[in-house]
Amino acid sequence: MTEFTPLLSLAGGALIGLAAVLLMALHGRIAGMTGILTAVIPPLSPDWGWRAAFLAGAIAAPVLLGAVFGDVVGFSSPVPASWLIAGGLVVGVGVYFGSGCTSGHGVCGIARLSPRSIAATAVFMVATAITVFVIRHVLGGL
Amino acid sequence: MQKVLFAGLIGLIFGTGIAISGMANPAKVLNFFDFAGTWDPSLAFVMGAALAVAAIGYHFVLKRPAPVLDTTFHLPTARRIDTPLIAGAAIFGVGWGITGFCPGGAIPALGLGEPDAMIFVAAMTGGIVLARSARLAFAARANARDA
Repeated sequence: MTEFTPLLSLAGGALIGLAAVLLMALHGRIAGMTGILTAVIPPLSPDWGWRAAFLAGAIAAPVLLGAVFGDVVGFSSPVPASWLIAGGLVVGVGVYFGSGCTSGHGVCGIARLSPRSIAATAVFMVATAITVFVIRHVLGGL
Repeated sequence: MQKVLFAGLIGLIFGTGIAISGMANPAKVLNFFDFAGTWDPSLAFVMGAALAVAAIGYHFVLKRPAPVLDTTFHLPTARRIDTPLIAGAAIFGVGWGITGFCPGGAIPALGLGEPDAMIFVAAMTGGIVLARSARLAFAARANARDA
């Protein structure tokens, strides 16, 4: 079980949306983690500096939250390491060929009513739900 | 320099949103998708709020002639709903369902110092490298054939 957190989730979601708007207003860029991450994996894309800074800021956020508010960011990973490796590889391949993930397609793409992003988000949400159902209720867990 | 500085601050806002919303917590993400079991609807609130803010903000921002720190908006140009898009999205969903990590959740989770987040991000980076190499190899072969 995890606790239902509507207010924190709303506030967090609003900040994610705000970051997307600011990155478009200032840099003219989509705040998609797949694209930003791919560009800083060598061979580096020419315009990699701001992307590395974005990643550094994103990683620093929970560090700062922890320093100011203590142990407030919940984390629990119920999956064995071997499955994290397999699943991580699968996610990397999928987001590369699918040109985006939850942030790029699910937030930025849908917000500008991109048909490709709406289609991709529908597909990955359904695929995720089916995968969780099969693992938890057919196979009985990993 | 301004671009780098502001991108760092925007990344900080993004990561804070991910962290407090629960998106960096794989157990919470997996429970959102477990409608038949320990369902936690929180992530619908994350997506709802993020989409509402982004849609309204984009509406005004994209009416401007250009962004503040660049000469043009860099919007995706692909229009076709093609096989790589749909197959890639389906593959991503399988991996998200196995691990509970998506790229935007996993990167900020690195800041929590959790080994599981590091293992996932290392493997995901490997997956991106593999996929990019495969695409480049296919493209090179297609070029050689067409030449």
